[in-house]
Amino acid sequence: MSNASTRKIIRDGAIVEDDWTLIAADDVGDLPAGKLIVPLKLWLRSSPALMARGEPIGIWFDGHDDVSVLADNIETIPLIAIRFPKLADGRGYSTAAMLRTRYGFKGELRAIGDVLRDQIFYMQRVGFNAFSVRDDKDIGDALKALTDFSETYQGSTDQPVPLFRRRMTNSPARPA
Amino acid sequence: MYKYDAIDQKIVDQRVAQFRGQTERFLAGTLSEDEFRILRLQNGLYIQKHAPMLRVAIPYGQLSSKQLRMLAHIARKYDRGYGHFTTRQNIQYNWPDLARVPDILADLASVEMHAIQTSGNCIRNTTSDQFAGVAHDELIDPRPYAELIRQWSTFHPEFAYLPRKFKIAVNGAVADRAGTLFHDIGVHTVLADDGEVVFRILVGGGLGRTPILGQVVREALPRQHLFSYLDAILRVYNRFGRRDNMYKSRIKILVKEMGLEKFRAEVESEWACLKDGPSTLIQSEIDRVAAHFVDPDYEVLPDVDADFEHQQLEHKAFARWVERNVFAHKKSGYAAVTLSLKKTGVAPGDATDAQLDAVADLADAFSYGEMRVSHEQNLILADVKKRDLFTVWQRAKTIGFATPNIGLLTDIIACPGGDFCSLANAKSIPVAEAIQRRFDDLDYLFDIGDIAINISGCMNACGHHHVGHIGILGVDKQGAEFYQVTIGGSQGLNAALGKVIGPSFAQDEMADVIEKLIKTYVSLRYEDEHFLDTAKRVGLEPFKASVYAKKTGHNEAEVANV
Repeated sequence: MSNASTRKIIRDGAIVEDDWTLIAADDVGDLPAGKLIVPLKLWLRSSPALMARGEPIGIWFDGHDDVSVLADNIETIPLIAIRFPKLADGRGYSTAAMLRTRYGFKGELRAIGDVLRDQIFYMQRVGFNAFSVRDDKDIGDALKALTDFSETYQGSTDQPVPLFRRRMTNSPARPA
Repeated sequence: MYKYDAIDQKIVDQRVAQFRGQTERFLAGTLSEDEFRILRLQNGLYIQKHAPMLRVAIPYGQLSSKQLRMLAHIARKYDRGYGHFTTRQNIQYNWPDLARVPDILADLASVEMHAIQTSGNCIRNTTSDQFAGVAHDELIDPRPYAELIRQWSTFHPEFAYLPRKFKIAVNGAVADRAGTLFHDIGVHTVLADDGEVVFRILVGGGLGRTPILGQVVREALPRQHLFSYLDAILRVYNRFGRRDNMYKSRIKILVKEMGLEKFRAEVESEWACLKDGPSTLIQSEIDRVAAHFVDPDYEVLPDVDADFEHQQLEHKAFARWVERNVFAHKKSGYAAVTLSLKKTGVAPGDATDAQLDAVADLADAFSYGEMRVSHEQNLILADVKKRDLFTVWQRAKTIGFATPNIGLLTDIIACPGGDFCSLANAKSIPVAEAIQRRFDDLDYLFDIGDIAINISGCMNACGHHHVGHIGILGVDKQGAEFYQVTIGGSQGLNAALGKVIGPSFAQDEMADVIEKLIKTYVSLRYEDEHFLDTAKRVGLEPFKASVYAKKTGHNEAEVANV
């Protein structure tokens, strides 16, 4: 799907070389060397063998896949990539938010698939910190979107405290 | 009404800049038609039959005179001198130039307005009772909560790409004037046993292709948990709502397919994780927002104004207008006035720039500089002194907004229909006009009394035809425009969906059909019985008999294909 040595991604607000290789299909034979992002099915089927390689293994899946199967191992996973099959499919936003806040995932959370400039502000808010912008788009242009808005109303993963609790910094917050 | 602070203003200003960039990239060709489509729809911009259409939010129907003048200015500068008020407290412009839409948004932002999420598969403009804050039957003023929901839903990062559009309505009165039973989420305020005002949350209502009334998903939600509970519902919908078929992707289908009990269990389990988190509302924020909706400086007035009583006796036309267009106010000596945008010959809900300016002047002179728009597509001056009503009536007459028909047969709800909308199967506006022309005798209209005729040009039901006492739906029949008629629908707390009376009719038959239905009602009604009650009592048969009695064999064969 991509070549680890040349492809660029956005990570933590900067454009960097991607040091991971995405394995698109789950029925590949020999895996390449280096850090791999493998499909969830492959990981579920053969995680002992994958771990035995001695190199970091990340996992990717679609926004609608059930993430609870990762709950027990979440602390050992360095990278999770959520695929957006198309722009309009917003399930990955909820999945990302749940990975971060429900399951406590602390590693790299990467958006892959139909990832464009105008979606990544929201993606950043729900907990993605890395973006694999679609190949036909200008990644430098996309980077600008992370600062489209300087303030937001509702809490989300990036800022769990909603604006209404921050507007009132001068008065003590008390429950209703 | 709510006034933006520096942060609110910055958010809409940054939105203007963001949309300007998106428009420029589209015009420059770096954003494809399909990619831009999703983005422009999140900002109320449709590509219509003749030109783009821009839908501007009027959150929960509240407008200041300054904002109304800006809407007039936009109609003049960027459009053809008019706008169309919709059935969801928005205004639409039918003729803007796509490249100038960012400028329109900048003008709107200068008066604290926007077009954010007025279309697209996201959380839409939150709507409410047009008499909120002044109604005589109100439990609490729903506007602070509607504004809080507006803020919570604005650019909600998790719910911008839902399976389908999502509409929330809030009602704070005993009567339901916000159509909460046919919204994706309806919020009712109810008095709990301990005297606290709590929210009753309804879910899964909607019109469209599969009309369903909302069901209670939570009977009593303490107010501070509003956001976490909404988040829980939306998350369940976002994750499990169908995305394979746009006709089955509204939350009502999810609730139906899952069953209410299972859906509720999913929401409750999600809520258990979100409840009492940082999104829990705090009293200081409720107070901050509520402080924007305090009463104006009402004068202390007697409830009976002698001049006003006298003017009604002197002027029959004024008395009729008072009977239909004036609504009881919580404050003695005051009334709420509905300006009718349903004059025969004008598309329901349409207003010119001059009319909008004139209403702004009326609001400044007689109603503390504010007005509202109703989902019935009329404008409301909410705080008029009874002693000023005669003057307001005279001035409203000069701009054509004093038709005394609120709640009468000619107060028709209609979508823009096939004249403008590319989704429509059939035209709505000419049907509305033909009916209005047929019923041009005011005495007869008053005799017929309360009746709601709602017209939609297609299954999407923007004209809310299912809940019209008489509903009219445009259907496509082998390329020709036909109209299906329902009877017995209603809105409010006892909302019901109308039943189809039979095969559909051609456009030029519609005035005859309505006339026959009305004659049937008049002949069968008990004294003072409204159309809806008669229809409920006698059922469809007498109406069917009157309408289909003389149809020719040819027509019967033709309609069998529908």
